[in-house]
Parts: sequence; structure tokens; C-alpha cells
Amino acid sequence: MINPVLFELTLQFLMLSLLSIGGANAIIPEMHLRAVDVKHWMTDADFSQMFALSQAAPGPNVLIVSLIGWKVAGVTGGVVSMAAMCIPSFVLTYQIARAWDRFRDAPLRIAIERGLAPVTVGLILSSGYVLTRTTDHGAMAYALTGATLVLALATRIHPLWALAVGAGLGAAGLV
Amino acid sequence: MSDGPPVSPNVSIGALFWGFLIVGVSGFGGVMPFAHRMLVEHRRWLTEREFTEALSLSQFLPGPNIVNLSVIVGRRLQGTAGAIVATVGLLLLPLVIVLVLATLFAQVSHVDAVRGACSGVSAAASGLILSVAVKMARPIRRTPPQLAFAAVTFAAIALLRLPLLWVLAVLAPLSIGFAWWKRP
Repeated sequence: MINPVLFELTLQFLMLSLLSIGGANAIIPEMHLRAVDVKHWMTDADFSQMFALSQAAPGPNVLIVSLIGWKVAGVTGGVVSMAAMCIPSFVLTYQIARAWDRFRDAPLRIAIERGLAPVTVGLILSSGYVLTRTTDHGAMAYALTGATLVLALATRIHPLWALAVGAGLGAAGLV
Repeated sequence: MSDGPPVSPNVSIGALFWGFLIVGVSGFGGVMPFAHRMLVEHRRWLTEREFTEALSLSQFLPGPNIVNLSVIVGRRLQGTAGAIVATVGLLLLPLVIVLVLATLFAQVSHVDAVRGACSGVSAAASGLILSVAVKMARPIRRTPPQLAFAAVTFAAIALLRLPLLWVLAVLAPLSIGFAWWKRP
């Protein structure tokens, strides 16, 4: 018999794979909505910890998907969620890449790209907002988020430094 | 744009796997700069122009951008097998590492310093994601209708917490239709 939670995780990520316009960061609000508010698979604090782990581990930012799966259904959940997240977009990208040379300068493609750009901006901004609301408790956390935002925009500092400083301040009990 | 040095077209399946395996574990919170360095500068599998085109296609399509890039590059160099090998190579080590980390983390997640470090990393990483959104908004900042589409998307997803499927089903066709109507 199929584990119903694994089945549900698989369905969720098969769908999100084709909705993740702008990449994995664009679906963070939807993952949070599903996992915390609708399914009650985890708390805000769990979600925030999975996000932190995905940032602290080497690799692409889609790793958050495997950690959500892991939290819900262990190592199997992590592997299955990652596969479900990657397979539909793999097939779509493969097919479009074959036709790309014909398609590249088509007015419709340009309209699709221009039309999706503002929607993507709204999705990524939503991710930042939902993460801030989920993870930041207290003035120090908001100050850290704000300082990182300003530094990332105003300087060419490597993002890993921001994460390291955040980890240090947090471990010292300051965040 | 310069086409750069000549490209070596004969890339074996093994080299493709190995190249993407190393890219996969090279970065934190995103590995695209390392993919560029490996593909264009070190191994010269793509010219600068080819990389830019593959990148723009991978960002345009849904799915993790770096996975889309590995599909496009793997397919170009070695067909279907190449696409599969590049993608598996890219994700294999990060997936193993993150699941091992998570399992270890479960043992120590009750320690105050560990919980605190997580809060600190999350707070900083949230700021990084906000900065990405601000940078992405720059090209559309002088186009009020596009800013409006971004604002409505934000309101629907972040404030009203509506399901992504329905938000995209309504807003994506409207925004694309508007871009089509306003096409030069």
C-alpha cells in the first residue's frame, strides 16, 4: 500500500514543478501555506529551520524541497519530493530546448517572457515577506534581515558572510 | 559580445557527470556562478553567448533554474543521456549532504545555540531573498502596469495567502496578454 503522505508530497511537488516560475524561491510561500497552514505537517519554527538548513548546506536553493519532504516523511520523503520537483520541469525544458532555435525570436515568446517578469518579481517578494514573517521574532531578527537586505543591495559582499554572521549572532542568543 | 575561445564539442558522458557533480557542491544558496565558471571558463563547453542563451531559457521556464540549465547543456552535448547525467550529477551530492545534515540536525535541534544559529541564518537569508526581489524589480520599475502586476501578485500570495495555482492561472495570462497587446 502506498503511504498517503508520500503520495500527497509527490502530487504537490509534481504540480509545483510546473508552477515554479522564477525557480525554487518562488514557491516558498506555497510550500509554507501547504505544509504549515493547510496540512499542519510542521510548525512555523520547523519550516524556518528547514529553510536555514537548506541555506547552510552547499548546493542549489531547490534543496529546501528535499528538506520539506524529509521533515514530513524522512529520507524517502526527501528523495521523492526532490524527484517530483525536478521531473516535470526536466521534461518541459528538454522539449522546449529542442524547439528553441525556431522559438527564440517569436513575438509570443517575448510577450510570455515580458508578461511573466512582473509576476516573478511578486512571487520572490512574497517569499521574502513570508520568510521574514515566519522566521523573525523580535527587533534583532528584523534588524538582521534589514541589514542583510541593505548590504546585499549596496555592496558586493559575498552572501555567505551574511549567513555566517547571522549564525554567529544567533548561536550567541542575540537573534 | 565576444564568442570567446573555441569550444570543445566532444564531451564524454563521464566528463559531463563529473563537471556537474562539482558544480553542485560548489555554492551556497545558488550555484549559477560556478556553473558559468565551469562551462565557459574552465572546460569551455559553451561560449559566453551560448551560456547567456541557455541561462535565459532556463530562467524563462518553470522549475529550478540550475536544473533547467543542466538539462539544456547536457542535451546539447550528449542528447537525452547527457541531460539525465548532468541533472543527476548536479543534484546527487547536495541531496545526500543535506539529508545527512538534516539527520544530524535532528539529534541536536533542541540545543539553544543550534536553534539560535538557525534563526540567525534564516533572518539573514530572508534579507538576501528580499534583495533578489528588489534587483529583479529594477528592469520593470519604470513601467507602472508591470509594477501593478507585481503588486497584485504580492498581495494575492503574501497578504491574502491564496493558492499559487489559482493566482498564476488568473494573473499569468493577464500579464502575458498585456505584454502581447503592448508589444513593439
